[in-house]
This record gives sequence, structure tokens and C-alpha cells, in this order.
Amino acid sequence: MLRVLEGGALATVQDLGRFGYQHLGVPQSGAMDGVALRIANRLVGNEDGAACIEITLGGTAFEVLAPCVLAVTGADLGARLGGMPLPLWTSVRAHAGQRLVFTQRRYVARAYLALAGGLDVPLVLGSRSTYLPGGWGGLEGRALQAGDVLQPVVPPRDLLRLTARRWRVPPTYGRMLRIVLHEGACDVPTSWLMQPWRVAQASNRIGLRLEGQPLHARVQSVDSFGVFPGVIQLPPDGLPIVLMADAQPTGGYPALGAVIQADLPHAAQLLPGDTVQLVPVTAEEALDALRAQRAWLQQPLAEDEALFALAQARG
Amino acid sequence: MPDTIALWRYTLLGETAWLVTCLLPDLALANRFAFALAQALRATHRWSVVLGLRSVTVRFDPLEVTPTEARAAIQHLGARLEPAPEWNGIVHTIPVRYGGEAGPDLETAARALGIAPEQLIALHTSQPWRVLILGFAPGFAYLGPLPAALHLPRRATPRARVPAGSVALANGLTGIYPSELPGGWHLIGRTDHLLFDPHSDPPARLQPGDAVQFVAL
Repeated sequence: MLRVLEGGALATVQDLGRFGYQHLGVPQSGAMDGVALRIANRLVGNEDGAACIEITLGGTAFEVLAPCVLAVTGADLGARLGGMPLPLWTSVRAHAGQRLVFTQRRYVARAYLALAGGLDVPLVLGSRSTYLPGGWGGLEGRALQAGDVLQPVVPPRDLLRLTARRWRVPPTYGRMLRIVLHEGACDVPTSWLMQPWRVAQASNRIGLRLEGQPLHARVQSVDSFGVFPGVIQLPPDGLPIVLMADAQPTGGYPALGAVIQADLPHAAQLLPGDTVQLVPVTAEEALDALRAQRAWLQQPLAEDEALFALAQARG
Repeated sequence: MPDTIALWRYTLLGETAWLVTCLLPDLALANRFAFALAQALRATHRWSVVLGLRSVTVRFDPLEVTPTEARAAIQHLGARLEPAPEWNGIVHTIPVRYGGEAGPDLETAARALGIAPEQLIALHTSQPWRVLILGFAPGFAYLGPLPAALHLPRRATPRARVPAGSVALANGLTGIYPSELPGGWHLIGRTDHLLFDPHSDPPARLQPGDAVQFVAL
């Protein structure tokens, strides 16, 4: 059980997303980095799709109210538990009275905090994900703020069994996004696409807006069609937008293609000011990358013996 | 009946989705074909199917079914398709306060169309409009197609905040903002009707294939 001491830049409850309502205009939402969320859940013995806290940039702080097991994956936001650096990609036992603080961003943007037993917030349209623009889902449809208390759905019995489990090979986040261009829509010069792009200030959970040399497409708008996270739109200002978790499910801007699914976690970790490279690949290469990512997700958890011994000694 | 082989264009979106666009120039008929395809896909597959104005976006797991296999399955359904009926029998009557504070763009929109504001209201309430799709935001219904006399491009500068319930038109379509949103359409009126509630089932009151009859208050 955790109490929020500081909300920080942005911390929201997210799961793998809200599926089955996109045809009613409902965004998918969910974790920007779904892979990090899945692994955080596995480390603490949850179902892959249990709700976690998505922490952006840092400044977020919690007080542990009751003994629990937690894990932090994704970005290194300088997490400390009880004053000690918290190992990432590892399940850790936390004791009542300890403070869990996320101090600052090192390289990438978003960390995922999983609590053994999940997070008890109501399901809205089948998901616990927060949709901030609509003001629903997650904890009262808003970001976490000081005073909020988060409890597990089902408190786990054997905390020790879930402690000191480690993900052997954490992902290496990069600043390159592989994309599959689609034929038609617009002619996209490779030189334009391959320029170094800057992630604009206006980027958020809805989309990454990229800054660089604009490309004025011949087609300015099209009849609205179904889109999804990863799709790259080209609005009339000629600067691409990569749609992300909270994107609307239909759009009327021409699409250039999409970031490959395997690279969405990398896109999720970008922040305004970052530089990113777009690299076109074939659909076949995208499938190979997805296959490799799924295989990597199958790896068994490792036991961290030293950490386990420590947890055992503390009782 | 058009040749069904040439009825659809297939565009692979990324490696996980087919955008299937109906090539018929008539928007109303293209929408009815797309709606029929979406329904056929939902009845037969567990894929995510999102209806566009004249298209269907079908998302599949490319490690379960290759893009080529998915396309073949969609083509199989698309080949023997009749368009969905013009109207499914459901009509929602929506009272609207036109003009004034509720519809700040009524006068300028009427001027741009070369008609009086009263004529714009008369045309907008003259017949029920089909719910073509839901999109843009939760519960936002695209209604139409509107007659040429009501065709206006979007406003040059979108508003950062459009009040919930605003009734608007642009690009040959009309719609109702279900919540406060940014928007570039011309605001001609407002309704108090609640169109989207995430805690209801279904959450959206208007569904594709329904009809909406506006009534001036």
C-alpha cells in the first residue's frame, strides 16, 4: 500500500490499454511503453496487463504504508527506496514507513512502478488506464497528487517469494525509430525523412510532434480513417506527428506510415528536446523485429540471490 | 452494382493494419459499404475494426496471421458485400439552440454560404442526417453528408476550446462535440443532450447507421 507524497511532473495509473471501443471514438490509452509495464508486472507476480503507475520525468514520491513488493522498470529516474538507490528491473520488498522517490531523469522519460497485487482503481470500459483529456479512468481520471492512497486489488500472501526477481536483459533504449512507409498517400523523399528530428515541446501522451524541415504534401487532408499508436501523420504544416497511446482513433491528416510495433517502447521514452532518427524498413523487417521482441519477452526471470538473502534476513 | 474487385483499395499501415478504402466517389454509398465490411469483419474475426468515413482500418497480430493472409480474409468478405441500409430505423431527435452565444459562428457561416442564418437553420433541420462514423474524440459523431448548400471548409484558425454540446459543421459534414475539445468546425448551435458517458454501456448514444434529426428550439 502506497501513499503519494508528491505527484511530480506527471504520474498516472495505466494498464495495457482500453480495447474494443475505438470504433466509438475512444482512444486506446494505456502505458506508453507497454513492454516495460509487462515486465514490471511479471517481476512482482502480477498478470501482464495489471495496472501500474507510469511516472514521467520524476519528482514523484511515495510513502510505503504497509509491507509490499514492488518493481520499477523503464526509464532510470533515479529511484531511491529508504534512502538507497533502487535496483531497476528487479522486484524489491518495501517496508512500512520507507519513502520511494523518483529524483530525476537520466536519459529516457518514463518509468513503470508495479505493486504486487496490482492497483485497485475502478475499471472504466474494461481498463484501469487514465485518459486525462476525458477526465476518466485510473484514479478519478486525473494524475496522481499528494494524499492519494493506492492499494493492491488482491494483497499477495507470500511477499518473500516474489522478492528479488530480476529481468536478465533489460532493453537498451535508443533514439532511432524504424518505420514502415506506406505506398501511395504522399511521396516522401528519403533525405527529408532521414534528417535529425527534434521532439517538440507540444508532444505528450497523444502524440510526438517532430520538428525539422517541413515537407508540404500534395494532399492536405483526407476523409477521416482509423489510426492507432505508431501511425505517422503529416498535417498541413508539413511536420510529422507520431501518434501515441492517447491518440484519437480516427484522423483526417494523410499518413506516411507507422513506427514499427517493436519500436513503440523507444518512441514512448522520448521527451521534448530529444533528437530522434527515423529509419525506413520493410514490413518483413518489422515482423522480424516483433518476433525477436516477443521471444525476448519469453525469457524466464532470474533470482537475485544477494538481494533475496537480504530480504530474508530483514524478515 | 459496381465491380466488387475494384471496389476497395488496400493500404498496409505499418506491419499491423490494413486500411481498406472504398473507391466509390459517393460518400454516403462508400460509407454504407465500409460499414457493411466493418460489420462482416466483426462478425467473423477478433480483429480491431475501426470505421472511417469511407474506409475500414483492420488491425491484426502479424505473428498470428501474415499481412497477406489478413488481406485475403478481408477480400473474401469484401467480394460479396451489399452496402448497409441507408438507415437502421433509429432516429435521435436533438433539440438545438441555434445562434447567439450557443452558436457564435452561425452568422459568419451563413454569410460565407450566401444564405440567411434562418435558411441555414432550415436546411440543417430539414432532414435527418446519417451517423457516418464515431471518431475524433469519444462519442463524436460525424453526420451527413450535407447538401452542397451547406459545404464550408474548416475555420482558418481552430479554437483551443469548443464547449461540450456544440453543434458544428465543416467539410460537408455536421457533428456535435460530446465534451469540451479543441476544434476547427463552425459552431452554429448547442444542445444539452449528453452523447457520451464512459460509465454507461454502450458509452456512446449515437451509433453508426443511426439517424439524427435536429430541431430548432
